[in-house]
Amino acid sequence: MFPSKQKLALYRQLFTTFLKIGTFVFGGGYAMLPVMQKEIVNRHQWMTEEDFVDMLAVTQSAPGPVAVNASIFIGYKIMGFGGAITALIGAVLPAFTIILFIATFLSSYRDNYYLNLFFNGVRPAIVGLILGVGLKTGKKIIHSTFDFLLAISALFLLLVVDLHPFLLIVLGALAGLLYSRQQKLSSKEVE
Amino acid sequence: MMHWLLFKTFFLIGAFSFGGGYAMLPLIQEEVVQNHSWLTATQFADILSVAEMTPGPVSINTATYVGYQVCGFSGSFLATLGVVLPSFILILTLTKIVLKNKNNPYFQGVFRGLRPVVVALIVGAAIILGVNTNTFSNLQEIILTLSALGLFYFTKIHPIILLLGFGIFGILL
Repeated sequence: MFPSKQKLALYRQLFTTFLKIGTFVFGGGYAMLPVMQKEIVNRHQWMTEEDFVDMLAVTQSAPGPVAVNASIFIGYKIMGFGGAITALIGAVLPAFTIILFIATFLSSYRDNYYLNLFFNGVRPAIVGLILGVGLKTGKKIIHSTFDFLLAISALFLLLVVDLHPFLLIVLGALAGLLYSRQQKLSSKEVE
Repeated sequence: MMHWLLFKTFFLIGAFSFGGGYAMLPLIQEEVVQNHSWLTATQFADILSVAEMTPGPVSINTATYVGYQVCGFSGSFLATLGVVLPSFILILTLTKIVLKNKNNPYFQGVFRGLRPVVVALIVGAAIILGVNTNTFSNLQEIILTLSALGLFYFTKIHPIILLLGFGIFGILL
């Protein structure tokens, strides 16, 4: 009844990969994308770039932090239910351990001089890295005028109109449905 | 009794934290500071600055910290479990549906529209983060941002190495 050796090795790989990802989520949210993309898409090749973007669309349409949701999705896709639990524990464990440590021992953690300086360097780097993920996925995803116009209008609605990301996901889904129906209709007319 | 209350409260926070990150702060604050008085407003602000300087999503950091303050280790465990459980159930369900219907033409249409939006959300997240942390108002930080972008985009250096490198650079500067 025990899982085979290969399965155990894959579980271990899944766990350590998400432990790594969970350790480098500074500032929450999309900050974990650069490390996640590198590990999941480039290094282990558990997903293609398109699958990665689809996964992000799904994780954005449910409550909860993207890093946590992504770990559940990827774990399930690779190893089923056990994989989802393994990846989730890996992703959450670093935050859990560090906060527990701080709550127990260090009440003056936030006043640490060197840590502040360290984060002064990390903060702009994170902004650059997330932009890099956007450019890399954009290159893979945006092929047509439709894709480009949709991305630009979504960016405008997010930044200028301040629309909630969840609403943008819904609008994007509707636009995609209408567009592919339109295409089907016009290809029938040509026939 | 306190354990159950912790679990229930953080389950609720987890279930309504759409958008993740800072979008859920008002809800957490209302539950933890106003409704249950587990933390004072100052303590809550302290956690946020700690959360910003430690790895991990804000909701997990807060759950672990508040749970520990209220009930010790078992409290931190239950609060953290509570906050991730709604995501776990929902994402598992959604993932099953998506993987099963991958070749359905309607699903493909939906994802056709979702993909460019996700790209916009990623770029937008970077811009919002940069604005919130005043990164674009200072020439030195703009240069740091652009060098990180260039190194990540054009070289194969692992982003973890880049993050640590820029942190050390911040100390030396």
